[in-house]
Amino acid sequence: MLTAHGLTCVRGERRLFAGLDLAVGPGEWLHVRGENGAGKTSLLRLLVGLMMPAEGEIRWDGTPVAKLTDEYRRQMLFLGHHGAVKEELTTLENLHFAAALDGAELPEREALAALHRFGLRGREELPVRFLSAGQKRRVLLARLVTRKAKLWVLDEPFTALDVKAVDMLSALIGEHLAAGGMAVLTSHQAMPIAGGRVLQL
Amino acid sequence: MNENKLVHWFKYASPQSFYPLAGKMIPWFWALTAVFGIAGLWISFFVAPTDAQQGEGYRIIFIHVPTSWMSMFIYIVLACWAGLGLALNTRLSGMMAQALAPTGALMAFLSLWTGAFWGKPMWGTWWVWDARLTSELILLFLYLGFIALQAAIDDPRRADKAGAILALVGVVNVPIIYFSVKWWNTLHQGSSVSMTKSPSMATTMLWGMLLMALCFWMYSIAVALMRVRAIILEREAHTEWVKLLDEVKS
Amino acid sequence: MNAILAIIRRDLLLAMRRKSEVLTAVFFFVIVTSLFPLGIGPESALLKKIAPGVLWVAALLATMLGLQRMFAPDHHDGTLEQMLLSPTPLGLLVGGKIAAHWLLSGLPLVLLAPVLGLQFDLDAGALGVLMLALLLGTPLLSLIGAIGAALTLGLRGGGVLLSLLVLPLYVPALIFGAGAVEAHVSGLGAGGHLSLLAALLALAIFFAPWATTAALRIALE
Repeated sequence: MLTAHGLTCVRGERRLFAGLDLAVGPGEWLHVRGENGAGKTSLLRLLVGLMMPAEGEIRWDGTPVAKLTDEYRRQMLFLGHHGAVKEELTTLENLHFAAALDGAELPEREALAALHRFGLRGREELPVRFLSAGQKRRVLLARLVTRKAKLWVLDEPFTALDVKAVDMLSALIGEHLAAGGMAVLTSHQAMPIAGGRVLQL
Repeated sequence: MNENKLVHWFKYASPQSFYPLAGKMIPWFWALTAVFGIAGLWISFFVAPTDAQQGEGYRIIFIHVPTSWMSMFIYIVLACWAGLGLALNTRLSGMMAQALAPTGALMAFLSLWTGAFWGKPMWGTWWVWDARLTSELILLFLYLGFIALQAAIDDPRRADKAGAILALVGVVNVPIIYFSVKWWNTLHQGSSVSMTKSPSMATTMLWGMLLMALCFWMYSIAVALMRVRAIILEREAHTEWVKLLDEVKS
Repeated sequence: MNAILAIIRRDLLLAMRRKSEVLTAVFFFVIVTSLFPLGIGPESALLKKIAPGVLWVAALLATMLGLQRMFAPDHHDGTLEQMLLSPTPLGLLVGGKIAAHWLLSGLPLVLLAPVLGLQFDLDAGALGVLMLALLLGTPLLSLIGAIGAALTLGLRGGGVLLSLLVLPLYVPALIFGAGAVEAHVSGLGAGGHLSLLAALLALAIFFAPWATTAALRIALE
């Protein structure tokens, strides 16, 4: 359960939002909306701990996240604007490196299965540089599956995805929620996933 | 959270309350600068005797030695403010560090310049690779690096913090650099003259130097306070209290 | 530990797929040291005297070339964010990055230095000391350089600024490193210099990852 109370975010000299409360429980997801520059990305960065809130507190299962960084980080997955995908590495190498960074074991079989699921069969040994923008995003989707995180924090996950991939991602998030997961996402479009709450910034 | 508790202790750590306080202190420090300066210059020019070996030229040490002291001392103070700023996350600390840097650089530069002026009549050359002069030169580079780093960062908070880390790294390195340069210097003894063999110090000379050091000290404080006031105005320009100031309204 | 090894392996792999970057620094080292005799003249006694200084200054500049790219690509593609969010402490991950930087831009210099030292007519003993000094000194350069690279991450004119910040801090390494060879040549023995270099290295291993980590957090905030 992720809760935040009285969050205030200040960027430079500008106050983006103040006194923001939110709660995401198992099986729930939060849709963060707002205009460009309203602070959507900043909110996500606050939630994952890349930025410190000017005021307010973020709790994970009731404990302030500042106190349980390791555990929180193990259970949380953040995908930002940049996918942290290395162009020179192959799709498979990228998955393995991401898993190593998360401190998790990733069996070869599982990694391959994830790539195949998102239509990257035959491209396992291809450097990401040779993939199209949409295919690059699919590598990230594969990462969502291989990483067993309870909380997904995704910044604009639907950009540069074709219709088929959008469906795949929606299904993926649906599965994640059905299994008791949580998600916080930003997106401009309305999302085809049930049970979400909208947070307007 | 910690910050709130500490506010009572460090009442003047907030720019808003420090600004008028600094304004009140500045004239006093200027006055002290003048008093010590006049007394120091009087001793160094009229009271201190002409040196038997070095003639009148040696009198430049009344500037050279105090500026060298100040340049090192200011770097340590700067690093202390920087460390304080990182530890307690107070805004004023970063501003103080930023305000001190140009004065420190000026002192290091003056020390090098007067060192060269002293060196010409003493050793017949503008520059010797003396351990102290060399360390002073590297200290000047450290100051310039600090100023350049802060200037390159647009967000003042990030500039403060990045500068603070650099200052702390620098302050750990200053003694290492000094000793390494000294070591290097003794290894190559033949090629240089040591400044440590300065003329035996008479009491009057010591007084002159001390008074001049106090003068530079007061000057540095006065200038740093003026600069920090300017920085406060610049950074807090959007706040209500700055808009209500007389000097801003007019 | 796994995460650190993964970072080192990944950085080496990336370097293998972008060979030009590694090779540039190595060629730079070779060319700069080879230019000095051309500027000074082929007199062997003089060359022998300046050799340690020339090789060390060239090594300083060559490691500087790779520093800028130490964190910049990871910053650019978001990997650095993921590193910050990894359950493995950032200090260890940064240690892996520094180790990779040394393997790519320090170790080649250590291995090349004796060959270049021959150009300057150094004898076998001096070459050995030179290698040993570089072996202790180049990791020091990578460690100190990492702080500068993290501080200047994503700034305008980062490259020039980086050299302004880092080069003054390289002074002790230069003095003890070049001094070791000189002391050996003049018959004083290099032991003192080398142990001081080792002490500095130990100090840097302790503090530099910490300072780099702090600087990275600030850069990403």
